Amino acid sequence: MNISLELNGRPATWDVEPGEALLDALRRHGVLSVKRGCDTASCGTCTVLLDGAPVPSCAVPAPRADGRAVITVEGLPDEAARLGACLAAEGADQCGFCAPGLVVAVVAMSRELEDPDEAAINHYLAGNLCRCGGYVSQTRAIRRYLQEAR
Amino acid sequence: MPAPPDRRHVGAPLPRLDAWGKVTGATTFLSDEPRSDAWLGAAVRSPLPHARLVSVSKTAAFPPQAVLLTAADLPCANLVAMVREDLPLLAADEVRFATQPVALVAAPDRETLKAALAAVAVELEELPAVLDLDAALRGEGPVWGADNVVAEYRIDRGDPDAAFASAVTVVEGTYSTGYQEHMYLEPQGVVATPRPDGGVEILGSLQCPYYIHNALKRALGLDGDRVVVRQSPTGGAFGGKEDYPSILALQAAVLALRCGQPVSMIYERREDVACTTKRHPSRTRYRSAFDGEGRLLAVDIDLVLDAGAFTTLSPVVLSRGVLHVAGPYRVPHARIRGRTVATHTPPNGAFRGFGVPKAAFACERQMDRAARRLGLDPAELRRRNLVRDGDTFVFGQTLRPGMAAADLVLERVLDRSGYEQRRREARAFNAGGGPLRRGVGVTLTMHGGGFTGDGEDRIKGKVAVRLDPDGLVTLLVSSVEMGQGAATVLPQIAAEALGLPVGRIRFHQPDTSAVPDSGPTVASRTTMVVGRILVAACRQLADKARAFAGDKAADPLLAAGHAGLTATAVYESDPDIDWDQSTMHGDAYQGWSWAAAVAEVEVDVDTMEVRPVRLTHVVEIGCAVNPVLCVGQVEGGALQGLAWGHLEEMKLKDGRYWNDRMSTYIIPTSLDAPDFDVELAELPSPRGPFGAKGLGELPLNAGAPALAAAVEDALDIEVFEAPVTPEILLARWREVSR
Repeated sequence: MNISLELNGRPATWDVEPGEALLDALRRHGVLSVKRGCDTASCGTCTVLLDGAPVPSCAVPAPRADGRAVITVEGLPDEAARLGACLAAEGADQCGFCAPGLVVAVVAMSRELEDPDEAAINHYLAGNLCRCGGYVSQTRAIRRYLQEAR
Repeated sequence: MPAPPDRRHVGAPLPRLDAWGKVTGATTFLSDEPRSDAWLGAAVRSPLPHARLVSVSKTAAFPPQAVLLTAADLPCANLVAMVREDLPLLAADEVRFATQPVALVAAPDRETLKAALAAVAVELEELPAVLDLDAALRGEGPVWGADNVVAEYRIDRGDPDAAFASAVTVVEGTYSTGYQEHMYLEPQGVVATPRPDGGVEILGSLQCPYYIHNALKRALGLDGDRVVVRQSPTGGAFGGKEDYPSILALQAAVLALRCGQPVSMIYERREDVACTTKRHPSRTRYRSAFDGEGRLLAVDIDLVLDAGAFTTLSPVVLSRGVLHVAGPYRVPHARIRGRTVATHTPPNGAFRGFGVPKAAFACERQMDRAARRLGLDPAELRRRNLVRDGDTFVFGQTLRPGMAAADLVLERVLDRSGYEQRRREARAFNAGGGPLRRGVGVTLTMHGGGFTGDGEDRIKGKVAVRLDPDGLVTLLVSSVEMGQGAATVLPQIAAEALGLPVGRIRFHQPDTSAVPDSGPTVASRTTMVVGRILVAACRQLADKARAFAGDKAADPLLAAGHAGLTATAVYESDPDIDWDQSTMHGDAYQGWSWAAAVAEVEVDVDTMEVRPVRLTHVVEIGCAVNPVLCVGQVEGGALQGLAWGHLEEMKLKDGRYWNDRMSTYIIPTSLDAPDFDVELAELPSPRGPFGAKGLGELPLNAGAPALAAAVEDALDIEVFEAPVTPEILLARWREVSR
């Protein structure tokens, strides 16, 4: 079936299978920042913005993206660069597999919450797992990014 | 301790050099490689833990273009070479663990692969399975060899029987630890491509390019030039991509050679968790003898690891466990026996810490149990017994001047955490009643960096550096970047040795056709051992450049860029090292790193939920080459240890991993992490570059014992197991409440 969506600000028409996950459709169309980590909506590496809301794209049927706007980290280059610099400065990124999904989630949070404290950040990002770090440096980096973004 | 002022790169908190690609999604992980021509491979697995394999056959529905390989069809030796060669690539007559591959299938696309897998008939005749440690110790089966004992090591020192007879206090305890799943966020994967010369090339997410190179050469009977192993950017590993990729790469290689097509095998999470290696479950019976002053006289320890059905790396994991199980303490008399025994369960393997976390858990739990019996504060008991320079470990290694930092890290962590005050505050809080209890626990651990004993002499790691026409220096090592920071730290070390900016150093992606064998990326050896060889190679290259460009050249490495200079260095052993592998006696490790941690927890006695609140962690690592990356290692490693201590529980049902998904095997989220306070202490070692010792594994050791100590303090009960689940705590709480 054909769906029409807005991908990172540009119109796209895709042929998707009923039951195909948005994650698979994105990757099939070359949007490779969106990672497959678990298939159970547990890890957050496939996080995208669907009409502005962060969702695990492995748990969204691709047909549900019809008529909607999808944003991945490819559509957030400035935010990725600035948050990436903060993460690197705090030593919060290690293997990097979780990073694109994390950036998307942080951008969503920054639009949703005004000046979140550490507890609010940790609560908001509890669906974005990192197996390498201890989260504390990451939270510090995110606070720094939010302060610099203001 | 500030870095010497003449250092510009070593000691600098440089942001990791590969950060941009990772955060923007530009980094190409294996699954992001364009592979339109690759076939897909998969294994057909046994659902039973022990069975006679009667037959594997295609049914009529098997798609004609798909390929099926059974043990009888293999074009090569049916073995995956690791420590031994007992693990077959495919089960031939007997299945010895659930999920063991009995056949391999390849197909040009996903639909055909699915149809092919559904059209393979496997006939099994179920046999009785040995699934628990006690049955394995009794020699039931046997699963492996004559008596299930995959490896056994002993350490004997002095006269432990006489020491126990003279003891004022004898403390006994039995401690157990569970499986741990690595749960790197990027699942395992390889792509195998046949080469025109009849060989095969592997691209994969992996830690040890030359381990795979060796396993492929050995099984396929190919010479080294016709096997190429390249590492793709690796999304976490933690030991999980040390051993298993040899199995996966060989599966993909035989399929690729049979099909004449590239074959991709990239696991989905469930297959990864269900089939790959885990941390070995352990059980340790520990007896300690103390004099009237609370000083250790002797230990008598029996450490048992569940190997699973085949050898993999279990003997090496065991030997490291045995060498660490008496802990950072002075023990004049000892009897230590370590065994790893086989069961009909999936083989266990390497996991960050490699035998030490379970040894440290047993040792530290025993010290806390002893402190209770002796009426001493746990910190004070450790203070009275910790090793100092000049002391000799139970296995005969005497700590030379400057090697021991147990007292340093212990005193620093007690001071930094405000240990005594925090304990008093927790007691006062608990006296108030209510559902929450607070507790504070301390632990002291150590980790030997690099391979055990003469291991590095046997590996003889080799490093090359190449001066390129643009004046940049390319590092040619087989040590991989897997998140830990090798691709940043090794360039910092090279920049320091060469006197160049870090921007003039390139890190070559590990590729066996381009880089020499520097050894595997394991054992906390990359910075300390490979870094040291790298310094030697860099100094040679600088000498060659000066000789070429002349003494007057302002920048000899730029002036000599077109000269095609390279330099190679090989690991050089220290003539002072004395080690006897047959008796496990002597200088087991050349660089010891030390860690002490204070954990503060809050326990809800209604739900028995344990919340780590704060972890103060002081690590002594010789030289923090990159402090910001070091802190990342300490926080991440400690969180893995804490989670193994209370959160991560892998259950086995009928010999299979029961909770084989990320939704059922729980790893910590941002809500489960405590506040970390990390201090990096530096006592430079002459054996590492610029004094650096190993770090990667060290922080994992402290997590579980520190947490258990704090839980004990909070609830005034005893903890003998990791993970200490709410179910265990509730049962023990009920006992004491009665």
